[in-house]
Amino acid sequence: MALDNTVIQTILTEKFGEQVAAFEENFGLLVFEVNAAVSHELVAFLRDDATLRFNFLTDVCGAHFPDNDAARQFAVIYHMHNWLDNKRVRIKVFLDGAQPSVASIADLFESANWQERETYDFYGINFENHPDLKRILNMDEMVSFPMRKEFPMEDQGRTDKDDRYFGRAGKAISN
Amino acid sequence: MAKYLKQKEMSAPISTKIEKRYADLIRQKENEDGSELSILNLGPSHPATHGIFQNVLLMDGEKIVDAEQTLGYIHRAFEKIAENRPFYQITPLTDRLNYCSSPINNMGWWITIEKFLGIEVPKRVQYMRVIIMELARIVDHLICNSVLGVDSGALTGFLYVFQYREKVYEIYEEICGARLTTNMGRIGGWERDWSPGTWAKINAFMEEFPKAWEEFNQLLTRNTIFMHRCINCGPISAERAISYGFTGPNLRAAGVDYDVRKMNPYSSYEDFEFDVPVGKTGDTYDRYMVRNEEVIQSLRIIRQALDKMPEGPYHADVPDYYLPPKHEVYNNMEALIYHFKIVMGEIPVPKGEIYNAVEGGNGELGFYLISDGSRVPFRLHFRRPCFIYYQGYTEMIKGGLLSDAILTMSSMNVIAGELDA
Repeated sequence: MALDNTVIQTILTEKFGEQVAAFEENFGLLVFEVNAAVSHELVAFLRDDATLRFNFLTDVCGAHFPDNDAARQFAVIYHMHNWLDNKRVRIKVFLDGAQPSVASIADLFESANWQERETYDFYGINFENHPDLKRILNMDEMVSFPMRKEFPMEDQGRTDKDDRYFGRAGKAISN
Repeated sequence: MAKYLKQKEMSAPISTKIEKRYADLIRQKENEDGSELSILNLGPSHPATHGIFQNVLLMDGEKIVDAEQTLGYIHRAFEKIAENRPFYQITPLTDRLNYCSSPINNMGWWITIEKFLGIEVPKRVQYMRVIIMELARIVDHLICNSVLGVDSGALTGFLYVFQYREKVYEIYEEICGARLTTNMGRIGGWERDWSPGTWAKINAFMEEFPKAWEEFNQLLTRNTIFMHRCINCGPISAERAISYGFTGPNLRAAGVDYDVRKMNPYSSYEDFEFDVPVGKTGDTYDRYMVRNEEVIQSLRIIRQALDKMPEGPYHADVPDYYLPPKHEVYNNMEALIYHFKIVMGEIPVPKGEIYNAVEGGNGELGFYLISDGSRVPFRLHFRRPCFIYYQGYTEMIKGGLLSDAILTMSSMNVIAGELDA
């Protein structure tokens, strides 16, 4: 029997109750949020459970949402893949804007090691119990976390790419 | 002068922190049996590493005790740049990830964005994409395998097959005008139909290349010296490979038949018959053999695509995203408006997010896009297979010889552009 999204959702809600939320489907892929407190446990459960069998950690990355509430300004996004039933899930962990911190899953998947370092390097998200959390792509002397939205790439004085000139009340591109 | 020397001595090289970590190991070993470990800097710019990355090795004579990698020498912040570019301007960034097979990256991005926008692409376009992606895969594997030969001292095979990379680059040139960083295709299809010259070049390549590849095989595959150098060199078990996030030929060499083309077919891969070769031990020889066989399978796919090539348009009918032809723009108001809207980045893009993966030269190349409805991605993350599986390198070379480490790296096909993004 192929593993269905609803089955995954039922098993996870049974096990984690209120800690998992906001289930939705995105191009056939199950997406949900998990509380940072149980994220490590959840990833381990997804990997080890006899029905779920998400044996492969595809990807770990971060994102910054400066317009969200203070408690949800950062996100760490995991993609996991079950090769036996060919099912993917996307797990989002929203983190505090001032002190973003989440448990490292490098002990569960070796591949998380550098990806978490990259996320730290770009967003300054702390991964607890990471074996060697330091910058990976940028130089060690750097003090900022460049992928955060407060670091614009382009000249702030530039107005020719402003959304308002195109009949849309969007943000300016450089914000 | 003396002052200068002193200063130079004091300034810390990048690898100092790693060396500090090694110092304890060195002291410990010296106390144990009096032998002396040494530190060796491999790279960042060394002819045997095929790119700019550094390995700081802790050596016991010729044997590697420990290794640590330093990355980021060609980091170009593509994910940040992508947050400031309209969707159709992101392909040039993808070119520069795995620059040995840029068309796969280009097509991967178009397929992702088309899936996101819900654009149905004509069969003919999908088949053409398959052809160009498989040509790119052939080139990728061809470079990796022939250079592996060079690294083990067999230059001849490399010289025989490397001209075929040029032939494929000429095909790229016919299609898009560029050779290495191709930036080919558009949202919905191709910028123009392939010329008769392109088809002629593809046919000529399909005629000549299999013979050359056969010759290359006869030269290298059963060569005793080559086999002795490669067998049991840098092995990794399937279990460890999965934990390290291996995908692509390197994973298949360890015996796992995971291939995105089979698992989640895209661009009509389900229409073609091909096998997924797997190895057994995950050593350098298996990686070589898997790539070797994949080239042959790619040829098989191209042959089928050429035979079954359907008639039809070379792009989808999506005026919102696909630039109208120039004569229309000059003579037709509506086309002019569309042209203006597309060029100025005023194209409607829905809110939402998507993860989509294609089988790149090195494994699962994924694009994770978050769109907030503005004309640029809110967040775009590239899942670069190289970056993820290169972590396994330390484990693979530990306890081996330095010369084996060089071969292992070569056979893993670590591409600096994809590593550092």
